[in-house]
Amino acid sequence: MNARVLATPEPTSPSGPPMILGALGSRPHAQAASLQDGKILYLEDLTVSFDGFKALNALTFYMDPGELRCIIGPNGAGKTTMMDVITGKTRPDRGSAWFGRSVDLLTLTEPQIAQAGIGRKFQKPTVFESLTVFENLELSLAGDKSFWKTLLARLTMGQRDRIDAVLAVIGLVQQRVALAGTLSHGQKQWLEIGMLLMQEPELLLVDEPVAGMTPQETERTAELLLSLAGDHSVIVVEHDMDFVRSIAKQVTVLHEGSVLAEGDMDYVQNHPRVIEVYLGA
Amino acid sequence: MSSSQPRGLLWSDDRGGTVFLGLLAAVAILVPLLNQAVPASSPLHLSTYVLTLLGKYLCYMMLAIAVDLIWGYAGILSLGHAAFFALGGYGMGMYLMRQIGTRGVYGDPVLPDFMVFLNWTKLPWFWLGFNHFWFALLMMALVPASLAFVFGWLAFRSRVTGVYLSIMTQALSYALMLAFFRNDMGFGGNNGFTDFKELLGFDLQSDRTRVVLLVATAIALGASYRACRLIVSSRAGRVLRAIRDAESRTRFLGYRVESYKLWVFVISAVIAGVAGALYVPQVGIINPSEFAPINSIEVVIWVAMGGRGTLYGAAAGAILVNYAKTYLTGALPEAWLYVLGAMFVLVTVFLPRGLMGLMTAEARAK
Repeated sequence: MNARVLATPEPTSPSGPPMILGALGSRPHAQAASLQDGKILYLEDLTVSFDGFKALNALTFYMDPGELRCIIGPNGAGKTTMMDVITGKTRPDRGSAWFGRSVDLLTLTEPQIAQAGIGRKFQKPTVFESLTVFENLELSLAGDKSFWKTLLARLTMGQRDRIDAVLAVIGLVQQRVALAGTLSHGQKQWLEIGMLLMQEPELLLVDEPVAGMTPQETERTAELLLSLAGDHSVIVVEHDMDFVRSIAKQVTVLHEGSVLAEGDMDYVQNHPRVIEVYLGA
Repeated sequence: MSSSQPRGLLWSDDRGGTVFLGLLAAVAILVPLLNQAVPASSPLHLSTYVLTLLGKYLCYMMLAIAVDLIWGYAGILSLGHAAFFALGGYGMGMYLMRQIGTRGVYGDPVLPDFMVFLNWTKLPWFWLGFNHFWFALLMMALVPASLAFVFGWLAFRSRVTGVYLSIMTQALSYALMLAFFRNDMGFGGNNGFTDFKELLGFDLQSDRTRVVLLVATAIALGASYRACRLIVSSRAGRVLRAIRDAESRTRFLGYRVESYKLWVFVISAVIAGVAGALYVPQVGIINPSEFAPINSIEVVIWVAMGGRGTLYGAAAGAILVNYAKTYLTGALPEAWLYVLGAMFVLVTVFLPRGLMGLMTAEARAK
């Protein structure tokens, strides 16, 4: 795990015992020791301005490993910009961003950050519709992705088990050979989360996972995200307050590019400033 | 509908491909027999005309498969693939010209007739080596491959996609046509190459040589089909389909989209080049009109007609449209272009997955 945190490139061949996600908790807690004395994410004094408008204004944010954190805030509060900084899409004018204690996110490119163990799910699900669910996950496997390598690539038993384990986690075992295009909106979202899991990220950034979902799908998504926390650290950006209440232990409220309040749902909902700028509107 | 159904029909067991290769083998065995073993007086005898026609169709089928590989699977719509076909053809043509030797009109042992006619005294440097068959063979693959590599490298790296890429391929083909029309290019100008005598010492006018060429084409077609099939059923093939459906998402998964497109484009150009090389000795002529944009567009129509994304569908489309062309340009010459246009419109509107789509839909309904 240390190697991971040090952002060494992913080994090209699957070495070591295949990490089976079935027991998602198979990642021993001792391995996360380097993180236990600290946080998984340190964002300090981040400022991003677009033409004078401060999308992030001296934002400081920490997160513990294994945590499931929800981020809420009105439009323009800086939620997406914060995600963009973490994934390397946007560079801040000022401040620092560290993944664990040794990965300086501001020096890495987007693919390097992905390799270091941060995965992001965008708002709109994009799966490969003419491929099966299984094949979608297969293409998401980490490893050498050059043309000539994939031309000859064969799935190892370990990789096959891993895909099956992820299928179980996202609840699409029945749809294994279904074309992704035939899935419901909610199932596509789960498949996309599964594609993210294939890359074994330590930190998952999930943008509005339940937008457009039916109540049943929303409930299932809550279970899925809760089951991921612990072995992964998860940041969820969501507008749906009921959903946030159902999953969040810790909620961070952003407003005008900085943290307005942080705490459990009851705390932030009763926070006078939060009521003023957001909830009470 | 069971969702595993279309997969079973299209990808896993290649039933269509087995039928296709079976038919191909039958042609490669029956045609030589009917032409060589059956006496000319028998009604079963296959005439030289039909023999040559079939050989030509096989070359077109190869070209169609090359286009389907990039269009049907990677979503690259090339409207200039006839250029690679023609370049392969010119490679073969140069070898055949050198083979004529002193039997030309001017009897020059080294220079082809058109060079003597232009008062050239020595062979241009790019003609050197073409008297060796192995060298010519190498060039038939290497020249289309290099052009595809350079063009693809520039276009895909700059992320030129969709209709813009199609227009560029069309322009490439058109530019080559204009260049080859020029006499001082050293490729025979608008007359191109013709009047070939022999290939590897075998008389090109004899039925026996034509039969061998047809069998060689059938083998090359079968091999191309298998090679493309291996590519599209590999993980790389799935990446290609992923690129076709959601290019930026594929990039986000860590795949270098431009290199996938580039390699498959080069492979496709080589297949097209080899098809062109096999085409020239069978039809006996190569000239710049082979580069004409309309030719490339016709290939796209064959593939759309047969059904893209199946490979054998493209081959079937090539033979159907070309048979219709052969028949109609004889029976109703003025009508041909209208029929071609109507076919394209009808297929696009009513059969977006081509004739093969119709067949798989029927199979599913059963």
